[in-house]
Amino acid sequence: MAKTHVTMKVNGAEVEGLVEPRTLLVHFIRENLQLTGTHIGCETTHCGACTVDIDGMSVKSCTMFAVQANGSEITTIEGIANADGTLAYLQEGFRQMHGLQCGFCTPGMIVRAHRLLKENPSPTEDEIRHGISGNICRCTGYQNIVKAIQYAASKINGVEFKEAAE
Amino acid sequence: MIPGPFSYHRPESVGDAIKLLASLGEEARPLAGGHSLIPMMKLRLATPGHLVDLHGVAALKGIRRDSDRIVIGAMTTQHELLASDEIRTSLPILQEAAALIADPQVRYRGTIGGNVANGDPGNDMPALMLTLGAAYRLEGPNGAREVMASDFYQGAYFTALEPGEILTTVTIPVPAAGHGYAYEKLKRKVGDYATAAAAVVLTMAGGKVTSCAIGLTNLHETPLLAADAAKAVIGSSLDDASLKQAAAAAQAIMSPAADARGPVEYRKHVGGIMVTRALQRAASRTK
Repeated sequence: MAKTHVTMKVNGAEVEGLVEPRTLLVHFIRENLQLTGTHIGCETTHCGACTVDIDGMSVKSCTMFAVQANGSEITTIEGIANADGTLAYLQEGFRQMHGLQCGFCTPGMIVRAHRLLKENPSPTEDEIRHGISGNICRCTGYQNIVKAIQYAASKINGVEFKEAAE
Repeated sequence: MIPGPFSYHRPESVGDAIKLLASLGEEARPLAGGHSLIPMMKLRLATPGHLVDLHGVAALKGIRRDSDRIVIGAMTTQHELLASDEIRTSLPILQEAAALIADPQVRYRGTIGGNVANGDPGNDMPALMLTLGAAYRLEGPNGAREVMASDFYQGAYFTALEPGEILTTVTIPVPAAGHGYAYEKLKRKVGDYATAAAAVVLTMAGGKVTSCAIGLTNLHETPLLAADAAKAVIGSSLDDASLKQAAAAAQAIMSPAADARGPVEYRKHVGGIMVTRALQRAASRTK
């Protein structure tokens, strides 16, 4: 099958590659670009581990072809940290609030939460839970993931983070 | 899981998309949001030789009001429906239903056109389209035609779409001001298809129902309009007896598949409950 030339901006850098039409975006990101922070979990559009941010949308990169992302702007987990290398508030929140155990779902969780907080910087707990409902975690029971996102939201809004009483 | 090989086409106009589909023949499939088709391709349950991606067709996007009708381009995503002020004001039931479709990531990609055109009995929008009296514009090599949603669905994955035709817009008459609405969907978990779901749009005056339409999702191989159930409540104050009558009339036309969501009896049982709840909640929202 003939290959197609694609270019896109990934984490601020212009990248290009030759892909078969059937190459899934997640494979292009992991194998061609060697950005392996984006994980492949279920491969069936359920788990959200492969979530990346494309042109302002959270997308499961296992359910989009790389050719479809031609010309787009993408942020993966590798592009979430601050420009000076310090952790973004979300990353800090996942660390401080123990928002991960095995860590497999974390890149997708953070990239999804990144877009959620861009759209809604002060989400309620309910909005956070619905906002990450396309991301599955099999370790934490979500409690600390929700807290991690609340932590980041507080920091973004410049207020002190107070854990809700349990 | 990697799909079988195919050629990728990205036309920029509806005309070019139709020409491509006509010239490539049965091996070609239009690609909308891709969240039904791409998973099927990864499982090799679908192996199209050509994909005609409609994302490049700007004319298929957008929501506009045309006097007393709302016209929605087929490639408008569920996320865009949820963000639209026009939909929030005129057709709030679409937002209630869209929020119950899959999950946020899927809603950024999934389109109203794909949802209504695919013919999957589990999709939520078709029953709403029946309830709202929507019409679909189908464009193909022999021109364009309008088909009422109520005439569109013929069986599971069988619709009025002819080979080479694309569903381009969905046109929905704006319901009466002050109408009540509800979409009640029972599902096993977030992201699942309905075990049973019911859509209701109604109007009331002086405590009595003056008009009512009821649609059913995933309770038959096609979406259903429960006309007898609606008749049972028109003129009533939604008292227990008329609610029971409506649920029974709706159950009489349900023939769900027995699957992992439950046996036939269970799905019909909860289907009746969805109808009752949707009627009550819709009534509580009338103004």
